[in-house]
Amino acid sequence: MTTITIMPDFVLYALVSGIGVAIVMGATGVFVVWRRMAYFGDTLAHSALLGVAIGFLAGVNVNIGIVGVCLTIAIGMVFLRSQRHLAEDTLLGILAHSSLALGLVSISFVSALRIDLMTYLFGDILSVTPTDIGWVYGGGTIALGMLAWLWKDLIAITVHEDLARTEGVNVLRTQIAFMTLFALVIAMAMKIVGILLVTALLIIPAATARRFSRTPEQMAVFAAIAGSLSVALGLQGSLLWDLPSGPAIVVASALIYVVSIALPIRRAA
Amino acid sequence: MPDGGAPIGDLLVRGKGLSVRHGRRTVLEDVDIQVSRGEIVTLIGPNGSGKTTLVRALLELEKPESGQVDRAAGITVGYTPQQLIVDRTLPLDVRRFLEMSGETDPEILADILSDVGARDVLRQEIRMLSGGEMKRVLLARALLREPDLLVLDEPTANVDIHGQVEFYNLIRRIRDDRQCGILLVSHDLHLVMSATDRVVCLNGHVCCSGLPGDVSTDPAYLELFGDAASAVAVYAHDHDHHHA
Repeated sequence: MTTITIMPDFVLYALVSGIGVAIVMGATGVFVVWRRMAYFGDTLAHSALLGVAIGFLAGVNVNIGIVGVCLTIAIGMVFLRSQRHLAEDTLLGILAHSSLALGLVSISFVSALRIDLMTYLFGDILSVTPTDIGWVYGGGTIALGMLAWLWKDLIAITVHEDLARTEGVNVLRTQIAFMTLFALVIAMAMKIVGILLVTALLIIPAATARRFSRTPEQMAVFAAIAGSLSVALGLQGSLLWDLPSGPAIVVASALIYVVSIALPIRRAA
Repeated sequence: MPDGGAPIGDLLVRGKGLSVRHGRRTVLEDVDIQVSRGEIVTLIGPNGSGKTTLVRALLELEKPESGQVDRAAGITVGYTPQQLIVDRTLPLDVRRFLEMSGETDPEILADILSDVGARDVLRQEIRMLSGGEMKRVLLARALLREPDLLVLDEPTANVDIHGQVEFYNLIRRIRDDRQCGILLVSHDLHLVMSATDRVVCLNGHVCCSGLPGDVSTDPAYLELFGDAASAVAVYAHDHDHHHA
């Protein structure tokens, strides 16, 4: 698509926004790993496309559409899960695929608006504008602030929900707040890696960080670093060899993971 | 026989007429139970008799369909769940786990661990603990909150027989030192009979309850536990004799 020769600006924008997203995703992603929410992340990401369509149809900012739909699905899941009619993965499968399909169908209605589907599915970090950077850093600051506020309670309910509850943690409030955070992060990340690969940037850096961490906080920081490194390397590859940027970032993070497990470091404890 | 032993000291928690349904299954039917300061109440009953459900209802983790739970105002509750499995992806050592109780002074943490007999585990990964060590660490976390009421769900499951005896001694000592009330869920009939003030025998409803000596000869109890119970009754009697 593009070459690196001139235009240092767009490279800088891509790098700055990509690293911003990677930090937030690394810090959030550790909970996705600890709480086994990978499939849940996929479901939210898939539903984001419906958010895009609704954003266009309703004439509001696409990011608001995405956050709105993700949040609805996320909070819906909190309640559906307590009903226990279906196994959780079945429920997620229904939500993930029907919302993705609904998103695709809705987008076809508004195709007159020239929505570039590929941009949403795989991301387009190289087209990031200063406004997007504003979104990333504004949203990212809110997300990290929420995460810091929720951190203690989230760890407590991750270790044992009933124990946390008897010690006075408001479990439902914490879960809903985390879902809100999750929806925000998905909306932020879509532009960078796209709907289909969002979960990768939540999970792979966190998995990479596990071996080197002795505390939950260390793991979050290392995940943020691994994610940022993935963005830098992926972007580099994308510019050098004209690779699609989102997939290149994910490939880079997978490579970092593979290298990290090959390193001869004693497993924590 | 209604409620065998008279409650000692102030009432900490009381469930009245508790009924809990899971789906279409009635797990608890019209159960009365109470725990007072300074006493050890043990809940026994076969698998699926609703012991854990009753504990959860008393802790207000589960809403009963009918009946009511009253808790003395301002009391602190310490709880040890039946099991705690930390995902292998979560790096968490014992120290950090204990700090989640709100107490972070390393000396106090070390003291409490040696109190419960788990001296050298402070820097260990929580998921690497043995079954017995885990039970002790869970107890330590509950104690750190300086509870008025201590609720222990099967604290000796997966602990060998020697460890069980030791554990019951520990629990008695905790009661004596801290004057808290203790509600215990247990499978270990013989130990229960020797280490408890009051026994509540549960099988969806309260079969019988009262002093260990009375319960162990109660026909409802003997029917529920069959041969295991008759073997135990002798043991319990023997132990009572030594105490008297």
